[in-house]
Parts: sequence; structure tokens; C-alpha cells
Amino acid sequence: MKSPTIGVLALQGDAREHLRRIESAGATGSPVRREAELATVDGLILPGGESTTIAKLLNRFELMESLRARIRAGLPVYGSCAGMILLADRILNAASDQDTVGGMDITVRRNAFGRQVESFENRVPMPAIGAAPFWAAFIRAPWVEQAGPRVEVLGRVSGGAADGRVVAVRQGALLATSFHPELTDDGRIHAFFVDMVREVVSGASAVRDPAGMPR
Amino acid sequence: MLKGGVIMDVVTADQAKIAEDAGAVAVMALERVPADIRAQGGVARMSDPDMIDSIVAAVTIPVMAKARIGHFVEARVLQSLGVDYIDESEVLTPADEAHHIDKWAFTVPFVCGATNLGEALRRINEGAAMIRSKGEAGTGNVIEATRHMRSIRGEIRRLSTMDETELFSAAKELRAPYELVAEVAEAGKLPVVLFTAGGIATPADAAMMMQLGAEGVFVGSGIFKAGNPAQRAAAIVQATTFHDDPDVIAKVSRGLGEAMVGINVSELPDSERYATRGW
Repeated sequence: MKSPTIGVLALQGDAREHLRRIESAGATGSPVRREAELATVDGLILPGGESTTIAKLLNRFELMESLRARIRAGLPVYGSCAGMILLADRILNAASDQDTVGGMDITVRRNAFGRQVESFENRVPMPAIGAAPFWAAFIRAPWVEQAGPRVEVLGRVSGGAADGRVVAVRQGALLATSFHPELTDDGRIHAFFVDMVREVVSGASAVRDPAGMPR
Repeated sequence: MLKGGVIMDVVTADQAKIAEDAGAVAVMALERVPADIRAQGGVARMSDPDMIDSIVAAVTIPVMAKARIGHFVEARVLQSLGVDYIDESEVLTPADEAHHIDKWAFTVPFVCGATNLGEALRRINEGAAMIRSKGEAGTGNVIEATRHMRSIRGEIRRLSTMDETELFSAAKELRAPYELVAEVAEAGKLPVVLFTAGGIATPADAAMMMQLGAEGVFVGSGIFKAGNPAQRAAAIVQATTFHDDPDVIAKVSRGLGEAMVGINVSELPDSERYATRGW
């Protein structure tokens, strides 16, 4: 199968690190800043950054509606940190007019772990990606305060002051983590997302191309 | 995560809200913007804690504040106020003529100015988590920031071509630790983020700095010393994201009104050049 193309929204934040991780997970990475670029990707990463800034730029460059439409149509999207906030249907601790892309039935608290000085690294057991816990970097990170019935909790902080907080979730083709896997050495989250994208791509091509299906 | 973003100087909670609404990734809380410090003279110090608190309370994005070069007690105070970053800044009057703050002794991250690679590496060695070009703050003139960005990036490229023996002598010339010099030569970039600052006044200025290798932009006096700050702030944010797309920069540059009045840096006496502060 042809390797899927995964876009990284490059309006603000650490797009470059995500692109590198996508490539090492065997997919093709491509920065996305325009509608035409969004139209060509099989999956998308919303990187860490300032969620307020990214949401404003999505609106100013008229990407917000097309992104929402593609998510409704089943585009696999992974949001890390600010990206988790953008995927949430509901946000706490934000300006009343902060816009969100939405799509995940979760309530996310912005800056939940505190300010910059409260940034930390911690263990997050995530059986979905393997037995060893993920060592995660949290920077002014959000957490998931409440999740709807269709949302699968993939990881919680283990140990420390924030023990038990939900920091990794999945709902269908949407994946979100509070932390920044592009900043630590473990490539398993990106590999997991690339697999999600491959699944959707192969499923879609099977439907579009019935001749290719076993008879 | 500030990368690819714009950090704006603000002196009131209202300005901080305008900056946040325009898409700033952080604000720098200070009592006077550099252009006013320049105009009014006198000793420039850390801002009033009440004023910093009011800005922290007004926005949900990170807040930075400035301490004088070498003034480790101002830095302690800022850390205790809960600011997100401290800028050990040449825009304020230096408090120590030989030493910078030992930034490893703090939990809050520091940003420091640099005019060249040696200076950047000395600051990183002292614990800086972010480097910005010094430029010449409060002038609205981008020439010094250009010089500093070209110098830092050019020296990094030069290191990348050197062998081991040459790196030892380069470390000596740069007055920086060999390990750090070798790391930069290997990676082809600083081990921390490199932003630009000092004299950025227009969307095109910001875009040019990004093309010269900056990973983000500080705008000081350029926004609130200009007509229509909200629109100019938003335009600079957009030009930073689309720094390689002249069509976007042209579009956002329309109808911004008066830019801040600039100063020709070559006419500034040495005593009024902030970039020479720091060692």
C-alpha cells in the first residue's frame, strides 16, 4: 500500500518536530497552512502551540469550516496539547469567545496543570500503544475533565500530584493527548496515529474500489 | 509552545487583551515600551508587581516580564509572581557590569538577548531556555536585528564545516564551552529556540526575520506606538505564519495606518545603544 500523507497544521507551534516523527513512522509528512493543502492529506496533526492563536488563524485564513467538514467526513486527526483543546467540543478556563474546531465529545480544561513553571514530565501507562508506559512532557498542558460515552480513555497520569488525570483519549478517527510526544524520544504515539490513518485509507479505498475486494 | 508565534510588549491589561485577541502567543508585561524608555531616559527597572499581576489576570496566554541584566533578586521576585518567562533584558538598565543571572538556579525559564553566536552560547551555558536577537529596541529600525540574525545563523553554518581541531579554537574565539560549540556544529542549530527582537515594526519586518531563520518574533514598541494597534498586531501575526508568501503579506499590510516613527541607528550615540549591554 502507498504510504499515507499526513499533514501537520503549520499556522503556529512545533510543526517541524511532528513532520520528522511522521516520516520516521513511515508516512509522508506535509505542512498544512492553506485549504488546498488540507484537501490533499489523508490525516492531520494539530500540534502544540497556543490554542487561542491557532484558532484565530484558522478563522482568519478560512480553514476552520473546511477542517470541520473533513472531520465530519471521517478525516483522522491527532491533536497534541493545544491540538487537544482544538478538538474538544467544550473548553474550560478559556476566553468566552475562544473558538474550537470540535469533533470530540470531551470537556478540556486549558492550562489545567498550571503555568509554565508547573510544566513537568511524568509516566503515562497507555496499553493501546504497548506495555511500557509513555514518558510524557506536559507544558502548560490541558487535561480531559469529562468525556462522553463514545470516548475511549487511552491514558492517565500515573503518580505525582496529577495522578489519575485523563491525558490521552480516542473517539473513532480522532486522537488527542495533553502532552507533547514530538519532544521526547518515544515514537509510539506517532506510529499509533499513522496506523489509524492507514486503517481509514485502506477502508475507504476498499469501498471506492469494489473490484479490488475479494469476491 | 511559542514557536512560530509573536510575543508582544504591553503596558496595561487592556493592551494585553488586544494582543491576545490579535493572536499573540505571549505578552511581555512592562511599565514602559522601549521607545518610551529611550525618550524619557533614567534608570529602567523591573515593573511594578501590581501591574504584572493585572496583566497575568487579564489573559490566558503566557506572560513574560523583564529583569535587569545580572539582577538576580528582580528575577526571584518575578518567579514568585508566577510569570511564565523572564527576559533578562538589555532594554532595562544593567545591574551588574560583569555577570549575568545564574539562570540554572531558577525553575522559571529565561529568554536572553544576543548579538552573535558567542553571546548566545554564553547565555545558554548560564541556563537560558530561549535566545532572541537583541536588535536595537525602541527604534522601529530592523537593521540591527538583521545583523544579529545573520551573524548568529552565519556563525552556526561556519561551525558546521569545521573539523574537531578547528572547533576547539572556534570555542576559544566564541568564548563559549567546547561541548556546546560541538553540539551546535553537529545539529546545525542552537539547542534552544531562536527568536528575533529589536526594531520590528511592520508585517514585512517580521516576515523577513522569519526568512532569516528566526523561529518566532518579539514586537516591542512597534504595535502600541503605531496607529491602529489591533489591526497591526493581527497583521504581524499573519505575516509571521505566511512569512514566505508575499501575497498574504501584501494583503495584511494594507490600511494599517501610521507605523511607529523610526530612529536611524547610525545616529544613536554608543551610550544609547542597548545592544552593547550584556557581556
